[in-house]
Amino acid sequence: MKRLAQMACTVSVMAFGGAAMADPVDDTLILNEDITMVTRTAAPAHLEDAVDEVLSGWLFRGTETRAMQADDFDNPGMIFVEQAEDVWNTAEGSEGKSCASCHNEPDTMAGVRAVYPKWNEAAGEVRTLEMQINDCRENRMGAEKWKYTKSNMVNMTALLASVSRGMPINVAIDGPAQSTWEQGKELYYTRTGQLELSCANCHEDSYGKMIRADHLSQGQINGFPVYRLKNTKLNAVHARFKGCVRDTRAETYKPGSPEFIALELYVASRGNGLSVEGPSIRN
Amino acid sequence: MKILGTAAVIAGMLTSAALAEAVAPTAVKYDEGTVAMSLSGAAGDPVEGRNIVGNKKKGNCVACHQVTDLSDVPFHGEIGPALDGAGDRWNEAELRGIVANAKLMFEDTMMPAFYKTEGFIRPGKAYTGKAADETFGPVLTAQQIEDVVAYLKTLKE
Ligand code: HEC
Ligand code: HEC
Repeated sequence: MKRLAQMACTVSVMAFGGAAMADPVDDTLILNEDITMVTRTAAPAHLEDAVDEVLSGWLFRGTETRAMQADDFDNPGMIFVEQAEDVWNTAEGSEGKSCASCHNEPDTMAGVRAVYPKWNEAAGEVRTLEMQINDCRENRMGAEKWKYTKSNMVNMTALLASVSRGMPINVAIDGPAQSTWEQGKELYYTRTGQLELSCANCHEDSYGKMIRADHLSQGQINGFPVYRLKNTKLNAVHARFKGCVRDTRAETYKPGSPEFIALELYVASRGNGLSVEGPSIRN
Repeated sequence: MKILGTAAVIAGMLTSAALAEAVAPTAVKYDEGTVAMSLSGAAGDPVEGRNIVGNKKKGNCVACHQVTDLSDVPFHGEIGPALDGAGDRWNEAELRGIVANAKLMFEDTMMPAFYKTEGFIRPGKAYTGKAADETFGPVLTAQQIEDVVAYLKTLKE
């Protein structure tokens, strides 16, 4: 009987183009039956004029996709985390060092994902996790930089995210990071491209609604990198930004560009308080 | 001379009937968001208009609007109001204005302008993510706008 009712529901959802499933689900993400994740919480102070609550993209995905992310054995993203663990222990470059030579176990990185992008005092710049990884590779290992959104890099960010899962995102937006944050905010609200759409049009004004076949989330990045069922690989934050900007019929910015670094800091700060979830599963 | 002149006049009449000059996107006259005259100079085809409204590669209006008449097309969005009855709510000049540049009718609306070529920030080459080049034009042609308007006029409650 329950089955039947569910099926009827699915059919009507299809008939009305998804109107019936507009809201985020009321569900709790418990990772590996152990860690309870914060997927919805009060908006950080800087966002109070815009939204009351911040919501993880997990709440906008279907039942099966959500379940997949709740168990590491079902999460295809964890395969890439394992690959990165091998790389973590592999010496490379002129110094003959691996990540492990300086940092021991990946667990020592717990908490790092949660505070990036972050101001680096010595370099005098806001750094993404990718920039920090490449800094270690070039200057401590004497190895070549990884390409910003290519598999080695995305896998390593997945490993670093995985050891911070359940910790609250907490990026700093004041002090020396503030001007970068302001620049990111400006970009977030700029209506780009021939369709003249901003991030806010879709992810602040319209989250919860369907746009064609897609259920719009708040566009949070606490789940990155994300394993997408659509392209069956891990996807980096800047690759997602690029796709969204492209969909406004705009000339995009490049992954790793100053614009996307600023935008990442700003978007990350919109998720302050949500749990680190990466690698998460999205469609 | 006289004969030549007559021939030229006839040729000119033929062209204006068959394929009249389209009004350029930059030359459209808006009166409080409405556009009185056909943009292509010709009538719209509601059957083609229906296709454009539902087609992902053309108007893709159903990305944001539900249309009961298009229930054969899967997945309608819910960003804008349902278009059912749009032909009752709006007259032809209003519909033309809304489709050509909805921002003049609804301030700050999320609805894109489909017959506009200027004033964009970082315009791209369609959905490639690359910069716009010399092929850049409005999202829909003048005739496509007319076809869409002709279709919207058929949407009566
Ligand atoms: C035309 C609508 C639209 C615009 C404009 C847009 N996005 Fe998106 N975005 C989507 C859709 C659709 C998805 C996939 C469903 C979802 O997660 O919301 C998405 C997904 C995302 C995600 C993945 C969220 C997750 O949990 O996996 C992020 C991050 C994101 N967008 C950020 C941005 C940023 C930053 C901008 C502006 C530079 C932007 N988007 C502009 C439509 C848009
Ligand atoms: C990205 C979203 C989006 C797309 C794409 C879009 N619209 Fe709209 N449309 C809207 C919104 C939002 C409104 C409501 C106006 C406002 O902002 O107050 C609207 C309003 C309208 C209205 C007036 C609504 C009524 O019936 O009272 C018509 C007619 C219309 N749109 C037709 C179209 C057509 C035709 C297309 C495609 C060629 C299209 N729209 C594409 C978002 C969109």
